[in-house]
Amino acid sequence: MPKVENSLLLKKDKIAADISRIISPENVLSHIDEIKPYETDGLTAYTQVPLLVALPETVKEVSEILKYCNENKIKVVPRGAGTGLSGGALPLADCVLLAMGKFNKILEIDYKNRCVVTQPCVTNLSITNAVQGNGFYYAPDPSSQIACSIGGNVAENSGGVHSLKYGATTNNILGIQVVLMDGTITTFGGKAMDSEGYDFLGLMTGSEGLLGVITEVTVKILKSPEVVKAALVGFPTIEDAGNCVAEIIAQGCIPAGMEIMDKALTKATNDYSKAGYPTDAEAMMIVEFDGTEHEVESYINKVKEIAEKNNSTSLKISKSNAERLKFWAGRKAAFPACGVLAPDYMCMDGSIPRGKLAEVLREITRLSKKYNLPVANAFHAGDGNLHPLIMFDANDKESLRKCEEFGAEILKYCVKVGGALTGEHGVGIEKRELMCDAFNNFDIQQQLTIKSALDPNSLLNPGKVYPILRKCAEEGRVHVHGGKTKFPDIPRF
Amino acid sequence: MSMEEKQNFQTSQDFSQSLFKPKNRSDIVKIIKECYKKNIPLEIVGLKSKNTIGRNFQSEKTLDLSGYTGIIEYKPEELYIKVKAGTSIKEISSELEKHNQQLAFEPNDFGNIFLGKSNEGSIGGVVSCNFSGSRRFKVGSVRDHVLGFQGINGRGETIKSGGTVVKNVTGYDLSKLISGSFGTLTVLTELSIKVLPKPETSKTLIVNNPHLKKALDYLNLALSSSADPSGGVFYPEIFRKNFIFNDLTQEGALIGIRVEGPANSIEVRLDRLCKELGILKDEFSILEQKQSNIFWSKTRQLEVFSQLTGNLLRVVVPASETFNVIQKLKKYEINYFLDWGGSLIWLQLDKINIKMIREIKEIISNASGYFTVLKIEEDLKASIDIFTIDPVKYKISEKIKKSFDPKRIFNPGKMYSGV
Repeated sequence: MPKVENSLLLKKDKIAADISRIISPENVLSHIDEIKPYETDGLTAYTQVPLLVALPETVKEVSEILKYCNENKIKVVPRGAGTGLSGGALPLADCVLLAMGKFNKILEIDYKNRCVVTQPCVTNLSITNAVQGNGFYYAPDPSSQIACSIGGNVAENSGGVHSLKYGATTNNILGIQVVLMDGTITTFGGKAMDSEGYDFLGLMTGSEGLLGVITEVTVKILKSPEVVKAALVGFPTIEDAGNCVAEIIAQGCIPAGMEIMDKALTKATNDYSKAGYPTDAEAMMIVEFDGTEHEVESYINKVKEIAEKNNSTSLKISKSNAERLKFWAGRKAAFPACGVLAPDYMCMDGSIPRGKLAEVLREITRLSKKYNLPVANAFHAGDGNLHPLIMFDANDKESLRKCEEFGAEILKYCVKVGGALTGEHGVGIEKRELMCDAFNNFDIQQQLTIKSALDPNSLLNPGKVYPILRKCAEEGRVHVHGGKTKFPDIPRF
Repeated sequence: MSMEEKQNFQTSQDFSQSLFKPKNRSDIVKIIKECYKKNIPLEIVGLKSKNTIGRNFQSEKTLDLSGYTGIIEYKPEELYIKVKAGTSIKEISSELEKHNQQLAFEPNDFGNIFLGKSNEGSIGGVVSCNFSGSRRFKVGSVRDHVLGFQGINGRGETIKSGGTVVKNVTGYDLSKLISGSFGTLTVLTELSIKVLPKPETSKTLIVNNPHLKKALDYLNLALSSSADPSGGVFYPEIFRKNFIFNDLTQEGALIGIRVEGPANSIEVRLDRLCKELGILKDEFSILEQKQSNIFWSKTRQLEVFSQLTGNLLRVVVPASETFNVIQKLKKYEINYFLDWGGSLIWLQLDKINIKMIREIKEIISNASGYFTVLKIEEDLKASIDIFTIDPVKYKISEKIKKSFDPKRIFNPGKMYSGV
């Protein structure tokens, strides 16, 4: 992480006092007992307590805190619900952690323009809960939707199982209000579709808290589909499952969700949640369609045909919503199911072209043998997002090291076959050193120049996303090759 | 530039000319590096179907990408196509057609308006303008279909962002930023575009003779319906003559609501729409697939304005504001039609002056919307804002421009003075 400024550590009391003049003193936390809960996010392998935690309640307060920190060169790490899986909200020892927890209200539901205006720390699921009475919902549904905040979703451009048909966060928001590091309050987009000029809404979405602090979000809501049906299909080989996916899409069917699990995960989740999965199958697929009854019927029939052609060994169509949810119950319990199998697991998040699934899984099997660590694979087949769950023991240093190396090799392979380092979890601290595998110097430097245009002192969430190495003179450019060690100052287990 | 590079440069492109039409990327890079070194502003053009949109600006040379074409990779089962930026929409669409796929964002064809004949433009131009067609409210805008790009920044460096997969959150999403940037940030070289299957069937419900308020109510109901339409337009009576179809007998204004999908679902969904809208049998007609396609292609080509002699504005407001905005605009001599279920107003004015533009801008900003001047009398062009921007965003835009193009050599001033 960036070098800790010892002078700031010494000024902790003064900084706390200064911020207490901006916001109510009870919203400034500095005692170790108060700040300890903020030491990590969903990437729990890394912990660090911040200098102090500020809990602003209004946009003006956010703006004044940022302005104060900018003028005094104090680093700021913004945080929503803290469920992120790549360490994007991991505090720095000398930072003010800007916890947005008090921005927890839905401000307006506007059915006429089919949108909801909300504060950033409202959870993803509660947006749907607020509008479902009128037959609407908010489409992106990350697995953590019960806990993750919409502001965090914007910062990470979160996806979910329905991304192929409905897109990720970036395709489902209309506007945001943002505070820049210098305290500037501005809005990008609004209730209208598209906005003119440079697409700052698109730039901010997925920028992992490096460019601005999100203080309000306008999301698009959709009419809930009339019918949703799912099919549960077993295949004798991964190749058959992969071919089936390709053919479904080539035939013009766009499923709402399409998931594949390998044998290891099918068995683990079935044991855990008794979902009725075909545990003898090498690969299992859940494919879901939504729409009007006839529409869904016609797609499901097509899938049946295609599955049979691709040697499916079992096929079940949901007869009721309860049965459909049961199909999903196992998949959604993938994490706890792996938790039963090993003391720890690390969830990777690569993106690959759908057609490369079999090839990538073969490589993962090879690596699993090489590192002698078991792995189970979940794949959002619809959108190519692969989540290998590597099982290890965090108490064993060697096991953690091997797991990290294993994970890095998987991600590099994803990039090699034409995919991406991260499909939906973000780069954070977890994958920043791999950025050089995905991008060349010019690519990264262009991104860093954008960062320094909006945050010249690099105070907002520094140390995340981009590799931190020695600086050279021009425009805050950095060399991204050579002489690097991985996370040298992060505590290791 | 080394001696060797200089020689290469001279062999492929003569730098003394004022128009470059490179056929390969290394030539594009060389031209940009030379312009960077010598501070030479460039106008970047593709098929020139809409290059007159934007402010007039001084450029010494023109970089014409219409020769930089070709499909690099098309993977129907992966739902993407990767093309060189100068490739025409026509070529892309006909390639996709072979696999029964399409560009779902239905780019507008501005050719009729600006050139008097159809010209759908190049993919680079379409992305640079980010003007999306009637499916906007269902499938998103052009920018939502840009999976990744490669471009040359103002320092002559080749940069990329995104890729060919739909889910990718690695680094800043620059694909969004370059969409709608009117060629002011990078010279696009390659684009990876998401493609989607063509719907099996498509039909259109025409509701006859609604007045504006009723039409907006219908469109609002339709867009909130589980019948899941993919287009919603309103044409006032004056344009009725443009829609002479066998199945249409009525006179007066009309709205068109498109429903697409598997054949067996269409009738049911149309029925449902009629019920939800509460319309009676003599109030509507259905356009079957062929006529329906013609109807939407007329919309895509802005055909009602094809004889356009006056000025054209593209106005976007939240749909709930459209009625009031139109009422307020009626004091000027306007013609208009609505797309995007009422959110997009194509506004034509025979006569315009600076004072009017200012007033219109105020009406639209007060309605939380924005407008872009697409066509205006030449002598007015220099004295009005083509795009709308507030001072805060102007400042940010200036910084972003500088980060890509520090010497302002790409389309300088095309969007805003100083950017």
